[in-house]
This record gives sequence, structure tokens and C-alpha cells, in this order.
Amino acid sequence: MSQNLGKIRSPLDMEPLAIEVHDVESASRSRSARNDLILICVFSAVVLASPWLLAPFGAAYPDLLQRFCIFGIFAIGFNIMFGLTGYLSFGHAAFLGIGSYAAVWSFKLLTMNVIPAVMFGVLCAGLFSALIGYVCLRRAGIYFSILTLAFAQMSYNLAYSVLTPITNGETGLQLTLNDSRVLDAASGIDPTSSLPVTNLFGMKMSGYPGFYLCAIVLIISFYISIRIFRSPFGMMLRGIKTNQNRMSYTGINTRPYLLAAFVVSGMYAGLAGSLMAVTDPLAGAERMQWTASGEVVLMTILGGAGTLLGPVLGAGVIKYFENIFSSFNAQTLHSAFSFLPDGLAEFMVTITHPFVGEGWHLTLGVLFMLIVIFLPGGLMEGAQRIGNMFSGSGGKSEAESPAEQTKPAE
Amino acid sequence: MDAILLQILNGLDKGAAYALIALGLTLIFGTLGVVNFAHGALFMLGAFCAVTVGKLVNYQVVTLDPTRTTPWGTPVEIRTPIVQEWFGDFGAFMVEYSVPLSILFAIPIMLLIGVIMERGLIQFFYKRPHADQILVTFGLAIVIQEIIKAQFGANPIPQAAPDLVAGSADIGVLLGFDPGTVVYPYWRIIYLLFSALLIGCVFAFLQFTTYGMVVRAGMADRETVGLLGINIQQRFTVVFGLAAVVAGLAGVMYTPILPPDYHMGMDFLVLSFVVVVVGGMGSLPGAVAAGLLLGVLQSFASMNEVKNILPGIDQIIIYLVAVVILLVRPRGLMGRKGVMES
Repeated sequence: MSQNLGKIRSPLDMEPLAIEVHDVESASRSRSARNDLILICVFSAVVLASPWLLAPFGAAYPDLLQRFCIFGIFAIGFNIMFGLTGYLSFGHAAFLGIGSYAAVWSFKLLTMNVIPAVMFGVLCAGLFSALIGYVCLRRAGIYFSILTLAFAQMSYNLAYSVLTPITNGETGLQLTLNDSRVLDAASGIDPTSSLPVTNLFGMKMSGYPGFYLCAIVLIISFYISIRIFRSPFGMMLRGIKTNQNRMSYTGINTRPYLLAAFVVSGMYAGLAGSLMAVTDPLAGAERMQWTASGEVVLMTILGGAGTLLGPVLGAGVIKYFENIFSSFNAQTLHSAFSFLPDGLAEFMVTITHPFVGEGWHLTLGVLFMLIVIFLPGGLMEGAQRIGNMFSGSGGKSEAESPAEQTKPAE
Repeated sequence: MDAILLQILNGLDKGAAYALIALGLTLIFGTLGVVNFAHGALFMLGAFCAVTVGKLVNYQVVTLDPTRTTPWGTPVEIRTPIVQEWFGDFGAFMVEYSVPLSILFAIPIMLLIGVIMERGLIQFFYKRPHADQILVTFGLAIVIQEIIKAQFGANPIPQAAPDLVAGSADIGVLLGFDPGTVVYPYWRIIYLLFSALLIGCVFAFLQFTTYGMVVRAGMADRETVGLLGINIQQRFTVVFGLAAVVAGLAGVMYTPILPPDYHMGMDFLVLSFVVVVVGGMGSLPGAVAAGLLLGVLQSFASMNEVKNILPGIDQIIIYLVAVVILLVRPRGLMGRKGVMES
């Protein structure tokens, strides 16, 4: 009863609340803008310098760095939907796959230049996400999750079976020597005897140039996501997450906002997918499977849903440990524990062995459960807590920067 | 006509598996309000109970028979399962009927796993949002799956049905069709009967026992039941265990039809969720009906005649039905009005 009363009264409460928020917002706007500028500068510096920064960790090779960037973009996009609106989509990998296929088709038919491929991939993913989003967003909560899951599984199954002329089924779509490549042929680039490499106006996109392309796209995506977080549109999305009923009571139709967020995040996924095709021009249906969607959920949650940096951090951590852990075997474990006495070393190897190499997913699953149970705000919340511990009182720092970061646990 | 009958029969056994998993999902959702993404993993664990029993009873001792020799001149090796050595004919019986016997083994194991899962993890998630429940059970499903993979390897492990029921029945003859048109393996008939029995047991338990009555009352209004001095939480934990047993037994009996591997749970889970949604979240008869219905639909969609008209329909029919249902009648076929409709 009291709950109902609260809901009915809530539109009336809205006004003073809104003014208060607005006051705080305007007061801290200039400082917030400066903070954002610092954030984006530091972020770009770290990303661009990552080949040197990550060298001590053994992660400084272009292939892995590219994967960091691509999954970072994917997670940033997913976070715009899940982190801001709270709608958990279990089908985002479908858009990743669509972006990949579209980009490879652009390589096959038009040109090996990456710009049209990326544009084409983003466009296709955007179109599909508008279509799927229009249907799925009629429902909320679990139903939304299951609907997106259903659509993703449908796309995956179709890509494997009937759409083989477009997707090349199990083999995966790849470049061949007799592709037409209309634009390349028109601009007088001779079809060579070997498979061409993706390029950006003649610069070959393999190795470090490929990484820097991904890095720059990542920085741009991150900037756009900051802008979305700070915009009235972003505030609206957060309002939907906090209390969708209240938003409706105040006369706002929330569905167009949700659809826009869904399309934006679908386009991010398409962007990530087409970049995947740029670094390796091969697209397979397994990219669309629902476990792949689960992976991006893991990344976002691990880093911290609803925070700016969290998803990128989560993507980096997961991809890094995937790379490290899955390369471990019994031999490396033995040498790692060799400093311990024999019996103990043997024991440690037996204990840790199931968690590395083939069993890397076990570690991931355990880690993920621990995060959801104890740290729902992800690594960002953890960092915040540790920061608060050092700065003395927890409440003080939060009061100082009310508009700066979303509270992850909200 | 005979083709239609065959498709219905073919669909029913898969549908029965969907129905059993969906029944458990609905029970858990109805009682605890938790969305359990690890339910497919329970199905898979049940299947691996059968694998474990199969392995145990098939441990063999090798004895050399010096009186006979192989064509290569070495003594013939005679392999006898240990249980046969120990128990004689009864041991041979155990080897032969390892799958049905696994049921006895699976019931306590699954009950234990279910109760541990509920007490150890799920109970902390009643008040958390559905998204968190989905995420944590999804993580649990990955963990269970990977443990099984580490233990049993990644390859499917076929389990044989007892020889007595290994063949097929020519059902068509009984109904007056030509012989050989409607042929159906005995084991699938057994699976159907078993599922019907299991579903019947669950419904009888809920409908005709005092315990079940209290559980149903708790599903309807948990607070009032609690105020009456009944420890409803404990009963819900038992219901969770029961749901785990149902999923586990569905898995045990499914092993001769589909060799179990570590990701069979995930494959069935997605479909079972769709089944729950189509049947109506929180409706037990809806889950069963939708499971059978979707199984039959899928089987019809994979007929060549249908596939020629609509290529690829067999791959997407279930999801398509779910999308249509959610948009047209969001509470599902038999869902109560107002339950999770938004």
C-alpha cells in the first residue's frame, strides 16, 4: 500500500528534485568538462603508448593490442545500452557478426580500403539493430533479454544454414583471388597473384599500423561515449534505468530513447566487427553465437557497468588474461612454483592446473561470479573503494564529485 | 498421414526434454522469483550422472586365458566388468541396465546439488535485480560446464540403452499403416512415458500433498504463509532441489538419445527459456504444453516438404514462435494476467 502511494505521489516530488539536480549540474559543469578533457587526454595517451606500457607484461604485440581495442569498442557500445538504461541484451554478438560480414563483402566487391568497409559495416549493423530493437524493446526486463537472445540465435542459425550464399556457412566468408573489387579495378590497382591486404589509402593494415587504426577508432568511440554520458540524452537514459515509470508519468515516451541507445550500441558492435574484419579479413558465424554475447556482458560487468572506463578495462583484462592463462601448461606451472619445496610445488600445480590452459574459461566463470556477488560495480567500484580507503572517509569524496561518475551500484 | 504421425512422435521426445527443463525453470521462478540460467547445466549434470555410473559399472578386469590363443599367438584377454566379478548375474544386470539404474544414483545427487546451489548462492540473490540473477547463474553455468569438461573431456560420450529396448517398434502396423512407415525406437517411447510419469509426479506432489499445497500457497502469497508460522523458505529450497532432480532425470534418460557432452546444457537452456516464455512465465501446465508443442513444431519444420517452401525454417521456428507470442500475447499461452507482462 505504502509503495503504491509512493508511486502515485512521485510525479509531484519530481520538480524540486529536478531543480536540485540541475543546480548541482550547472555548478559543477565547468569542472566536469575539464575533468572530461583530462580523462580523454590521459586515455588517448595510455592507448597510444600501450605498445611501450604493456611491453613489461608481455602483451605488446599488435595482434593482441588490436584485440584489446576492438573488444574495448564492443564493450563501450554494450555499456551504452546496459550501463545507462539497464536493459540487458544477450544478443549483441549478432551485430558484431553482421558488421564483420558487411566489411568482408565490401572488401570483396568494392575495394580493399578500410574506410568504406567500416562505414558499410556500421551502417548494416545499425539497420539490423534498428529492426531488432524495434521488436525487442516492446518488452522490458527478462523478456527483453530473452527476445534479443532469440534474435541472435536466429541470426546465428541462419548464417550457418540458409544464408550460406552470403555467409559461406561453416567455412566462413573470406577473400578469394577472383573477387571483383570494382573500385580497386577502376582506380588501376592490378589484381595481384596473391591475396591483397586491407589498406588505408595504400598503407597496409597489418602489424602496428593496424593497431594504430584500431587505437584511434577506440579513442574516438570513447570520446563519443563520454559525450553521450554527459548529454541530456544520456541523463534521459539513466532516468529510464532508475525509474522508468516515473519517466512515463512525467509525460516522456521512453521507447524512442531506448531505441536510439540500442541502435547506437548496435553500431558500436558493428564497428568492432568490421575492425575485426580489417585486421583479419575472415568472418565466421561463431562470432554471432550467444556465448560471444555473454563474453561482452562479462567484460562490461567485470570492468563496471555504467562507468566510462570500466568496459574498456574489463575488455582489456579479460583478453589479456585469456592470452596469458590459455598459454600456460603443466610445464610453465612447474617452473612458476619451482621456488617452493617439492611437495608443496606439486600440490600447487595440481590445484592450479585445471584453471589454466584449456581451463581458462573456468577461471573466467569463477572470477565473474565473484565479481557479481561481491562487487556488482566491477573493477571500477573496487578501485573507488580502495581510493576511498586511502583518502580517509568514504562519504567525503563522493560528496565532492556528485556529477562526475555514475554510482556503479545504482 | 503416416508421415505426420511420425513427425509428431519425433517431436514429442525432444519436446518432453524441453518440457521437463522448462517445468523446473518455472517452478524456480514461481517460488523463488529467480531466473536460473544454470538450469541447463543441471540437465547436463544429470546426463553426466549416467556417464559416471556407466563408467563405474564398466570397470573391467583383464584376465589372460592361457588355454586359448589369438591368431597372433598371444593368450586371449578376457575382460569382465568388476561388478560382474563381484555380484555375478546381478552385476551383469547392472552393466546392461546402467542408464535406468543411474536414476537411483541421480536423484540424491541432484537433490543435494540443487539444495547446495540454493543455499550457497541463489538465496543471496532474491532481492537483487533479475539482471544480476541472470548474470550470476550464467557464471555458475560456465563454471559447472568447465568442471565437467575438465573431468570428462570435450567429446560426446555415448551411452547405450539396454539391449532389450535397443530396437525400434513398428508403431504404424498397430494403427493399420504399411509396415516400415512409422518406425519409432523403443527407448524414445520409454522416454516419453518416463517424462509423462515425472511430470505427473510433480503435479501430484503439488496438487495432492499438504506440502505441495503449502508451496502453492507460498507461490500465491509468500508473506501471508510466512505469517502463519510456516517456514516457507525451507520448502522453497526443497522445491529448488526438486526442480534440479527433474532436470537431472531428464538428462539421465536423454543420454541414449543424444550422447552427452559438456555444452549440451547450454543448447537446451536457450530453447527451454523460449519454451517458458511461450508457455507463460510462472505457469506450470503452460511450460509442459509449450515444450511439447514447440518440440512437435520443430520436428514438422524439419520435414523436407516444409523446408522446400520455406528454406531454413527448421532452424528458426522456435525463436520465431517466441517472438510472435511475446509481441501478440506477452503473458504466454497459459500465463496469468499481470505476471511479468511488461
